[in-house]
Amino acid sequence: MSPVKNMKVRNFHQAKWDEPIIFELGNKGERGILLPEIEKEIEAVVGDGVSKIPKHMNREQAPFLPEISQMQVLKHYLRLSQETLGADLNVDIGQGTCTMKYSPKINEIFATSPKITELHPSQPISTVQGILEIFYKTDLFLREISGLDQFTLQPASGSQAILTMSSIIKAFHDYNGENTQRDEIITTIFSHPSDAAAPAVQGYKIIDIYPNQEGLPDIEALKEAISDRTAGLLITNPEDTGIYNPHIKEFTDMIHEVGGLCGYDQANANGILGIARAKEAGFDMCFFNLHKTFSSPHGCGGPSAGALGVKKELIKFLPVPLVCYNGSEYYFDYKVSHTIGKVRSYYGVVPAVIKAYSWIMSLGKEGLEEVSRIAVLNNNYLLKKVLEIKGTSAPYAKGHHRIEQVRYSWNKLTEETGITTEDITNRMVDFGFHMWSSHHPFIVPQPFTLEPTESYSKAEIDEYIAGLTKVAEEAYSNPEIVKNAPHRSVVHKLITDSLDDPDKWAITWRSYLKKWKNDRI
Amino acid sequence: MIIIMKKVGLIINPIAGMGGRVGLKGTDGGEILEQARLLGAIPESQNRTLISIQKLLPIKEKIELITYPEEMGENIAKKCGFQPTIIGSISKGKTTRKDTQKAAKDLLDLKIDLLLFAGGDGTARDIYDVIKDDLVTLGIPTGVKIQSAVFARNPARAGDLALSFLQKRTIRVREAEVMDIDEDSFRKGIVRAKLYGYLTIPYERAHVQSSKAGSPETENFAHQAIAEEIIENMETNYFYIVGPGTTTRAIMDKLQLANTLLGIDLIYDKKLIANDLNESKLTHYIQGKKAKLIITPIGGQGYILGRGNQQLSPDIIKKIGKDNIIVIATRNKINSLNGQPLLVDSGDREVDELLCGYIGIITGYREKSIYKVTL
Repeated sequence: MSPVKNMKVRNFHQAKWDEPIIFELGNKGERGILLPEIEKEIEAVVGDGVSKIPKHMNREQAPFLPEISQMQVLKHYLRLSQETLGADLNVDIGQGTCTMKYSPKINEIFATSPKITELHPSQPISTVQGILEIFYKTDLFLREISGLDQFTLQPASGSQAILTMSSIIKAFHDYNGENTQRDEIITTIFSHPSDAAAPAVQGYKIIDIYPNQEGLPDIEALKEAISDRTAGLLITNPEDTGIYNPHIKEFTDMIHEVGGLCGYDQANANGILGIARAKEAGFDMCFFNLHKTFSSPHGCGGPSAGALGVKKELIKFLPVPLVCYNGSEYYFDYKVSHTIGKVRSYYGVVPAVIKAYSWIMSLGKEGLEEVSRIAVLNNNYLLKKVLEIKGTSAPYAKGHHRIEQVRYSWNKLTEETGITTEDITNRMVDFGFHMWSSHHPFIVPQPFTLEPTESYSKAEIDEYIAGLTKVAEEAYSNPEIVKNAPHRSVVHKLITDSLDDPDKWAITWRSYLKKWKNDRI
Repeated sequence: MIIIMKKVGLIINPIAGMGGRVGLKGTDGGEILEQARLLGAIPESQNRTLISIQKLLPIKEKIELITYPEEMGENIAKKCGFQPTIIGSISKGKTTRKDTQKAAKDLLDLKIDLLLFAGGDGTARDIYDVIKDDLVTLGIPTGVKIQSAVFARNPARAGDLALSFLQKRTIRVREAEVMDIDEDSFRKGIVRAKLYGYLTIPYERAHVQSSKAGSPETENFAHQAIAEEIIENMETNYFYIVGPGTTTRAIMDKLQLANTLLGIDLIYDKKLIANDLNESKLTHYIQGKKAKLIITPIGGQGYILGRGNQQLSPDIIKKIGKDNIIVIATRNKINSLNGQPLLVDSGDREVDELLCGYIGIITGYREKSIYKVTL
């Protein structure tokens, strides 16, 4: 009997607190902090601190904030945390495409050290040499990893990095006097949605390429798409299918032949660090998500950073300032001849950069490569085991290894039992597993995407497989238990119909009261 | 507490599906049915309907199941454990499409909340003839021919979706195509499908292929975006031939022009020239003029020509030319093809081959996909 068959799922039960919204808690006049009265001697020197504010800037009413004690606040958020399946709690490989990995706690200590938190971005350069050194060296590391010539750490997310690439494409064609003519960006349907959305925000027309039968972007379709109107290519590789496009150099060559630029979305770089580089694939630009691949927590788990690199011909378009070193001092370089300007305030998301820097330093060159090799090994072990589960399949590239993740399908199971991927997602929660529910672009029927990264042990992967196996067996033997899941979670079942309907949204408490309670604050 | 009973109508076409097992392609028409019976066909509809309505047993006490006698619903409803309300009358063992239509009319008059019907494309057509968009309906697939999008993927999923709708877990509805083919041609191996209309069916994310990729709202937004793109790029000296479908309808709606959902409309300079043109009238209008054609894949199989838009004859396509054919479709519609190419079947090999290769599909405002077209 294989170890996976011996592995049992946990008898998990999530805490349920019926916790109100924080605005519904507390009492009028209750306070978390009582500030002391200003001392007379101090007031005599600096004034009361309020009267200097111009009258027109004073608000007439106090802000509508919860009035609540510290202890209640603490309990409130602790209860909420118990009602989630966070990255530190569950085996999070079901959140494929997100590169869930261990974010070392020591790096949190670095980032939250007063040496960092007490810094101000407007301090004199001479007093912030340490953090500038970290920025500069992170840039150097990423140059080695990508083969490109200069990085900016200013973009605060992957999508903002794509927007920056798109801005550079525009600036490049503007510089060459071809901006009017070149108004099309090509991407692939399996690339990340922002590869289309960000250039669309810039005003570009978007052309996307569908995959061929092998799951690779159809090169014949690319030939049809390119023209003298092509401004550039923005593409993910490997795509979320986990298939690496071996023809990627042909793609970039074809774009270059018609005068376009190539931007590489490396959000899926976790299986190719130290193995394949943007430079050799022919890219002019690339970005890495420091908050995914380089271990800084991401999404709701922590601030993000999209580190963007370019080859030397494009350095003149990068956002300012660049962090440089003159042999004795780190400094900001604002003299970038054709800069696109700033893409966010100041210099970048400092905590994310610190954590990524620390992670790279702790692993070194060999360690980074080992990260990728273990991530790929874990993924292909998982692939083999998942395909042994009744009702699963892995569309495309049959018999081939995948890189760091796989987009699977429950279609056979759905056809045979009526149980859908959404039902399975709900049932997995009963065993303490989170399963991601976004599998853009939904070409694969009844999709689920798994990405085990290097962080998960074989025992954890086996436990996850045991969970999937159990739920699949239930789908065939006792479908009602799956259909009616979750049974041991905070809420029974979410009605998600309203998620697509802006008329039903209320994204703040104030708008909720206004929209649904007819109450104006 | 007052429990408001939901009224659920059930119509079974008892002979649907009988042709399939004995190698006939459908049971429309008395002779064929007799032939099917002689070949030993047995009714498939009853057992498949049972699978579907069993899913409603958990809310048995909260619904009133209303159906027609004997094999049109009564038998299977009782077998399943329901105590159905029986209306109407039939000649046992000799039901025809008129019985289906009569039952649909009676149930429509009773203002039911949901009509479940079991059959194939012919049954869907009969239901459509009576119901139009006056009721929410859902097809339980029991027939040989299932091209219409009004059917759930299988009987079990029809039951799940009906349950979800009746429990108000899903409250959304969408328009779904009623397609049927010419059965005489079909038995000779020639497939000719026609778009008859649209029925309103419940919609739930989990029950559509592209779960979470789209919804009635997002589809509507996508239609608007496509229409905007088309209208913005309309050239003044061209006739625009607007093919059938809800995607193309959005263009006409945005231009505030009267349109036919199932027919071919013609506009020039953003003004209506004519509605619902057949081949000869269309030829008359565009003879010697420059024209562009706007079409969308009809049904779930990806045909851009030859299904539901046969008015667009090979001669017309030749005259317009490949470069003047504008294909539009929402991403959701393309994704639902699961990677299968678009198809053409104009009836003329030369024309079909002309259109094969790669084509740009307008999928949104300033967005297009390059997609393969094959025979």
